[in-house]
Amino acid sequence: MAKLNVNGKVREFSADDGTPLLWVLRDQLGLTGTKYGCGLAQCGACTVHIDGVPTRSCVRPASSVKATEKIVTIEGLSPDGSHPLQKAWVALDVPQCGYCQSGMIMAAAALLKAKPNPSDADIDAAMTNICRCGTLNRIRAGIKAAAKGGDMKRAALGIEHMAMTHELANEVKKS
Amino acid sequence: MSTVNTSRRKFLAASASLSTAAVAGSLVVGFHIPFIQSAQAQTSATPANQGIAPEVNAWVVVQPNDTVIIRIARSEMGQGSLTGLAQLVAEELECDWAKVTTEYPTPGQNLARERVWGSFGTGGSRGIRDSQDYVRKGGATARMMLIQAAADEWKVPASECSASNSVITHAGSKRTTTYGKVAAAAAKITPPKDVALKDPKNWKLVGKRLARLDTIDKTTGKQIYGSDLVLPDMLNAAIKDCPVFGGKVKSVDDAAVLKRPGVKKVIRVGDSAVAVVADTWWRAKTALDALKIEWDEGPNAKLSSADIAATLKAGLDAKDGIVGNEVGNAAAAIAKSARKIEAVYSYPYQNHATMETMNATAKYTPERCEVWTPTQNGEAALAAASEASGLPPAKCEVYKMMLGGGFGRRGAVHDWVRQVVAIAKEMPGVPVKLIWSREEDMLHGRFHPVTQCKMTAGLDADGNVTGFNMRISGQSILASVAPQNIKDGKDPVVFQGLNASGLETAIGYTFPTLMIDHAMRNPPVPAGFWRGVNLNQNAIYLECFIDEIAHATKQDPLALRRKLMVNHPKHLAVLNAAAEKAGWDKPAPKGVFRGLAQTMGFGSYVAACAEVSVSDKGVLKIHRIVAATDCGYAVNPQQIEAQVEGSFVYGLSAALYGECTLKDGRMMQQNFDTYPTLKLADMPKVETVIVASGGFWGGVGEPTIAVAAPAVLNAIFAATGKRIRDLPLKDQLLTKA
Repeated sequence: MAKLNVNGKVREFSADDGTPLLWVLRDQLGLTGTKYGCGLAQCGACTVHIDGVPTRSCVRPASSVKATEKIVTIEGLSPDGSHPLQKAWVALDVPQCGYCQSGMIMAAAALLKAKPNPSDADIDAAMTNICRCGTLNRIRAGIKAAAKGGDMKRAALGIEHMAMTHELANEVKKS
Repeated sequence: MSTVNTSRRKFLAASASLSTAAVAGSLVVGFHIPFIQSAQAQTSATPANQGIAPEVNAWVVVQPNDTVIIRIARSEMGQGSLTGLAQLVAEELECDWAKVTTEYPTPGQNLARERVWGSFGTGGSRGIRDSQDYVRKGGATARMMLIQAAADEWKVPASECSASNSVITHAGSKRTTTYGKVAAAAAKITPPKDVALKDPKNWKLVGKRLARLDTIDKTTGKQIYGSDLVLPDMLNAAIKDCPVFGGKVKSVDDAAVLKRPGVKKVIRVGDSAVAVVADTWWRAKTALDALKIEWDEGPNAKLSSADIAATLKAGLDAKDGIVGNEVGNAAAAIAKSARKIEAVYSYPYQNHATMETMNATAKYTPERCEVWTPTQNGEAALAAASEASGLPPAKCEVYKMMLGGGFGRRGAVHDWVRQVVAIAKEMPGVPVKLIWSREEDMLHGRFHPVTQCKMTAGLDADGNVTGFNMRISGQSILASVAPQNIKDGKDPVVFQGLNASGLETAIGYTFPTLMIDHAMRNPPVPAGFWRGVNLNQNAIYLECFIDEIAHATKQDPLALRRKLMVNHPKHLAVLNAAAEKAGWDKPAPKGVFRGLAQTMGFGSYVAACAEVSVSDKGVLKIHRIVAATDCGYAVNPQQIEAQVEGSFVYGLSAALYGECTLKDGRMMQQNFDTYPTLKLADMPKVETVIVASGGFWGGVGEPTIAVAAPAVLNAIFAATGKRIRDLPLKDQLLTKA
């Protein structure tokens, strides 16, 4: 069994040579927050961090990642969805269909780590992921809101957050 | 509403019985699909509510703790109508929005209950506008039943009671109770027949900038999409359909592939496709790549884009035009005009390219066929499952999964559902998840149709338009997806934005004589409804040509439009709103040029003003877009803004890059490396003006896409003097004329 360090835990897996990290995460480790979009490192839906570096996991063989390298997926970005970017995404209602957003948030999180107060040019350079619904402008606004010195309240487009949390909603549905 | 007394317990029990999987108690018909084996699904805490409340009616369930579950029939695919529809129900229900959640009924339940939830179809920007009336009545009916139940308990007339924020109050005695306390009694009450809806001026939730109900899980990776589904003992499948349209499988040599680790089966699907089933998707996909398939490429093996363009070009002057809109004798007026202007435009094939590729999971037994899939039309998916399985619809069920994008691809045709059922049928009792590779998705789209258009205007000596002719030549979507809806050779959808009148889609100009007709030319490429549909190219043809007339007659493009639009006040109002906000009457910043466009479609009026610059080397920069929308009632303005902004990402991606070309009978663009889209660096600022004039319900997700390209093309002309009539812009040289 090969080993990977994912979201702070050592995880064992077995996969054929050349299997991309993406499919090990999704099919073997049950971490489906990281998405398949193209398989060619074009769309960024599969973005994870490897030792902090944003990496398109659809073209990275899992066998090439050392067990000492720390992989972080969207599920491990924060324990409870409280990363400043996640909070900004909620405050600004960034996602539409949401499929690209794991990759978007991971790319943005790596950017903010390198540049806590990025310029528009920094954001342009770092955020090359594809979104088809068209959330790009809210993504830019969300990054700025989450950045050092960002003002979440002012950026929040006057959106009223009155509804119950999703956690609670899910529990209700399971009852 | 004859079935309103069906209890929620029955509702859940019915759905549970549809599945052979265990954990019936946790079966939910919402987004959070049951029996997920993946790790993140195991995190749920103790349920906040024990016990199951009966439904008040088909739309509303109230739990003892006052939680309100609103049932939503239409699919959420990013457009936000899940939240908007819940707002409409909650508005009439007078419930506490902070206690609202939603769930999907299944298509099978809808069938069993005589379609109590109406249509599940989610296309044509119809989610809200087509169901607003009956979902509001559903909320109002439930409110009246809840009030009646409280009144019965207090032994007072219901007319003396009122409800607000999930609390019922008796005016005389000041007694109060909550919805949760009377819901069980309300469920037994015969629903009232006459239900009055609120005057819009009294709306409290509708019109508010409420946050979406489905955001948080989309930021943590918890949201389960169709391709994320895991069922016990599930296998994974990859598929390859003949890359040439109309081709078939000649032979398959699977001997080597069947020896590969994890590979379970190689299956012929129909006469044109082959699937590999394996334990993991990557093994299925790589085995499929290694599989020796010989294709019979059929009659289209040599078909190219040039062939199709030649066919369409011949249609521009052919005699078989079917009339869509006619006023007087345009041909005669043009023939005797002092001056004639003519231009030919074209629009290419495009793929929806949803971020999540087509996928579905199916489990088949001779008694039952179940399908889990992201779909824009659960009932159509159910019909596809029934046909493909050979079982009656009552023995099939579809569980709608969250869609990673729809844009029309997942609505009209459920080709991937038929495939997965055909595969599952070969492995009875085993759930199989089929995921298309991006390449498969690009090769086997249901493409935005191709058309060309010859625009002709006759002008008098003063430059007034005397005759206006628009000949569209090209592909009909209905011929591809619903040929039974073509009557007397006419596909009415071709004329989106060009009809004489109507609430759905009407032209915004009046010409003394007018002829708009269509020479149908259907290449052997499957066409489909693609976000914005035919409004996309019709608005380019019309709005750019109006600009051409303005230039030829030395008129300001806005001034000319205002002259031609006097009889179309709603169209004109949004155009004026966009122009005013953009500052049309003031000079643009140095080096920046403006272009306008307007149209009406999907029940709404839209307009845009684009500001662009073009460098000496021909590099285009789109700086700013001002967009105005009149959708009648604005249910959730912040979500309308999100749709308008998104429409420019989608519409500008199309204008700049969107093109699928054929060579040797197949599409050349097979992934995002050759089918690029607009990235954040190139995304202009978008300012949205919502002109909610009231009195009607218009769609929001699509109409604005149609003005993105023509506004930018007209601005490019202003900047360069170059009139671009063929898209995408990546193929065009933009250096100054």
